[in-house]
Amino acid sequence: MEIILAIVLGIAFGFALDQAQASNPQKIINMLRLKDFHLMKVILFAIGFSSLLLFILLALNIIDAGHLSVKTSYIGVIVGGGLLGTGFAISGYCPGTCVVAAGRGRKDALFFILGGLLGALLYMIIFGSIKDSVLFSKIAGGAVSLVETNTEKYSSIIGNVRALVVAGPIAIVFMLSAFLLPGRKVKS
Amino acid sequence: MIKELNWLKGGLFLGIVFLAAVWLVKPIGVSTQFVIFDGIVWDIFSPKLISENADSHTFESTNAYLNKSGGKYAAHVKKPFSYGFIFVLSMILGGFISGRLSKNKVLGSSRFYPEVWQDKFGETSAKKRYFYMFFAGFIVLFGARLAGGCTSGHMMSGIMQTSLSGYLFTFGVFAAAIPVSILFYKSKKQ
Repeated sequence: MEIILAIVLGIAFGFALDQAQASNPQKIINMLRLKDFHLMKVILFAIGFSSLLLFILLALNIIDAGHLSVKTSYIGVIVGGGLLGTGFAISGYCPGTCVVAAGRGRKDALFFILGGLLGALLYMIIFGSIKDSVLFSKIAGGAVSLVETNTEKYSSIIGNVRALVVAGPIAIVFMLSAFLLPGRKVKS
Repeated sequence: MIKELNWLKGGLFLGIVFLAAVWLVKPIGVSTQFVIFDGIVWDIFSPKLISENADSHTFESTNAYLNKSGGKYAAHVKKPFSYGFIFVLSMILGGFISGRLSKNKVLGSSRFYPEVWQDKFGETSAKKRYFYMFFAGFIVLFGARLAGGCTSGHMMSGIMQTSLSGYLFTFGVFAAAIPVSILFYKSKKQ
């Protein structure tokens, strides 16, 4: 059953990324150069919309809070984000969109994937020697979210308030920002 | 034949997929699967990389990364028909289907580089693009593994759940990506 879901959701995700033009490096690079906010609007709206529905469905007990997965916060999250951002800026691809772009027939994405496989391999090799370094110092206690997720595993920054009361307005701000951002400044 | 979606429909569609994934299985993430793929290849050439503990049916690896979190990645390398790996392989198919159905095809030079690249480096720069793509892919996946996730897992799925790590990651990405892209693609004409 889980494999069928993997196939259906994977195809849907690849299809949606491509139809939203996230697999087009031109669109990514011009977003990062602050010339074309199309994808920024897509991302802001997708996050806001999914977050609002997620916290409504969690409050109604329709979605199982056990499905949530809050990742740990540590120094390496910011440093790794900076490295990823550098390669993202030059290429216009990230780990998800490169495989979709390859499926779409973009040849440069194949070289990106090849480099990616080697980058991940280098990380696997050196992980043992960096795992006790300052890069893995936790921030704010580690696996922490802004709002209460009602799971034993994760702590929250804003406690004693119903999650939807905080997460709802944040989600609405994301969606409103998507509407307020201007469109594109250059032809693409 | 379909035309690409406007930002609102694109955002709605992507938002629904992210939500459906959490609802039915777990939040979407991609970059871990690069490690699983590497592990599968590595395991072929080095049979001693991963061993199964017969009593507990868990996996152990001589590689510290595959061995972390109770050998979670080692188990996925040994049993690659897992949710995450099939999900990422299916994304390739999603991109392919989208391309077949789309009115706007990826044709000519855009198969090798985007227009911004051509404006900066000219029409005979495909090889240079491939070299840079290899380098970019290398630091993107190294960075994603150091961060413990990528644009899908940290930024989209993370911020959706109001995870602090999602905000920290996003800050790191844009703090680097905005200045680098502006400088790297600065036009000579202006």
